[in-house]
Amino acid sequence: MHLVCPAGNLPALVTAVAHGADAVYVGFRDETNARAFPGLNFNEADLRAGIAHAHAHGRQVYVALNTYPGPARIRDWEAAVDRAAMLGVDAIICADMGVLDCAARRHPHLPRHLSVQGSATTHAALRYYRERFGIARAVLPRVLSLQQVERLCEQDVVPLEVFAFGSLCIMVEGRCQLSSYVTGASPNRHGVCSPAKFVKWEEGPGGQRSVRLNDRLIDRFEPEEPAGYPTVCKGRYDVSGEVFHALEEPTSLNTLDLLPRLAAAGVAALKIEGRQRGQAYVAAVTRTWRAAIDRLATRPNDWQVDAQWQRDLARHAEGHQTTLGPYHRSWH
Amino acid sequence: MRLTLGPLQYFWPRERVLAFYREAENWPLDVVYLGETVCSKRRELATRDWIALAHELAAGGREVVLSSLALLEAESELASLRRLVENGRCRVEANDMAAVQMLRERGLQFVGGPSLNVYNHESLRLLCEDGLVRLVLGVEQGRALVEEFRASGLPLPELEIAVWGRLPLSYSARCFTARALDLTKDECGFRCIDYADGLPLATRDGQPFLTINGIQVQTAGLCDLGPELEDLRTAGVGLARIYPQAEGTAEVVRRFRAAIDTRVAPPRLGTENGYWHGTAGMALVEPA
Repeated sequence: MHLVCPAGNLPALVTAVAHGADAVYVGFRDETNARAFPGLNFNEADLRAGIAHAHAHGRQVYVALNTYPGPARIRDWEAAVDRAAMLGVDAIICADMGVLDCAARRHPHLPRHLSVQGSATTHAALRYYRERFGIARAVLPRVLSLQQVERLCEQDVVPLEVFAFGSLCIMVEGRCQLSSYVTGASPNRHGVCSPAKFVKWEEGPGGQRSVRLNDRLIDRFEPEEPAGYPTVCKGRYDVSGEVFHALEEPTSLNTLDLLPRLAAAGVAALKIEGRQRGQAYVAAVTRTWRAAIDRLATRPNDWQVDAQWQRDLARHAEGHQTTLGPYHRSWH
Repeated sequence: MRLTLGPLQYFWPRERVLAFYREAENWPLDVVYLGETVCSKRRELATRDWIALAHELAAGGREVVLSSLALLEAESELASLRRLVENGRCRVEANDMAAVQMLRERGLQFVGGPSLNVYNHESLRLLCEDGLVRLVLGVEQGRALVEEFRASGLPLPELEIAVWGRLPLSYSARCFTARALDLTKDECGFRCIDYADGLPLATRDGQPFLTINGIQVQTAGLCDLGPELEDLRTAGVGLARIYPQAEGTAEVVRRFRAAIDTRVAPPRLGTENGYWHGTAGMALVEPA
């Protein structure tokens, strides 16, 4: 089972390789990827250096080109595919059919992974992408239960990658317009969710803080209360007179408990979310998952979760809370 | 321009659904879309009932399209989808790539629904090769995409856009109605049947914001492209979609019909049109 780790810049890539990532995924410094944040991502020189470093250590680099090119912009994405191929990346991760088609025609030998943004949740949808664009792997949206993941593995359409750890999108990826509804900027088109330029914090008389996204109140916090980033799905709202996290709490996905079952199911790769996170996160999370995967490989019969692993992961989780998320039926 | 009735997004009792569509037979519509697009647990009408209703309405001479589920997870949902695809008479609106695959394997023409991700003419071209003959634009799409389609010089399928109703914004494995009622999804008690227009969600300062509809989240405000109908027509949109609501759908249909026939823009009654104008969906842009 491959461990696929995030890197938002060259030092993070080096860190991921040092701590045991089998592959590192990155993005170009533009809107062709779903973490198009200011100051993040790779220019050509950095990517060239990163690929050389990873390959020297026997590891791989994937480039995410997983946003959807809007009107009159597909040529930019096609140019990014060419650039990735020219630099010698090991795979590209794409969602848009036009981009996948272009990559399959122009660079047939460059492996294509279907991004989580492609929203493929069934063997029929996976077959579409395999037959149409020859995908070598698909990343599953974070909506399926563990049994459903196991079932998809059995059906063996393409090798599957699942999310193991990191911030949790609770909506089907590639099908969420909450950010674009409020701000006009969407993960699908612009590679951002609830972008910072629309966020406004206000402090009230009693030290209470309010946070608005494009003028819409997402949440309010008491002075001592930890305040998270105001993505629309993690705000507190009023439903039938009760104020609560009506969609989801600020929490991270952590599937460490499920590792043996994911391995037994035949999952090809585990993905760590977080290209926007710093080196400390990449180091701690990569190191922990490497240790867990290695121990499972060497001692499959008496594998159990190490309490220290969970403590290390919890420290880096959003809101310092973790959940099994959709893998576990009670979350639904 | 033709007028269409989009699929019912809410969960209503069986008798209410049947009465609604009996009434809709007399409305001045060109196309009716039928079927469960949100949650497969909703079975006041089972798949075979939707198919029977579609065939019955189609026998009256109207174009009827069967809409498929937007988010598929279980094998049983694929089996229902197969029954829709093989209904033998009505076209299917494919709301997921699984539906596209089943339709293309059978060489059947189809309508691409709003939850397929079509963001450029290359994706549209590929889906047309698969059998797509009409595209309902994705929720966050607007004039710019239609213009790009036309500029591409490709032969275009029919284009449809939602002109009235609460737009579907997202789908999850989680049921938000059950969550709001402190129930688990597996023991939800089908309580979304109590909310004929969905469950309103407001910000903490009391502004209406979203609508919870089972695993789907919708806008709270009503999208209204009535005053933009001429703009849609000029851009090349051939079909205007109205989403059913608990009350007043007949009146909405008549108003849009009159506007289309007379080419006189109706007054704006809804509160949002941002997506068509290329901005935040919740915005209201008054054309200069």
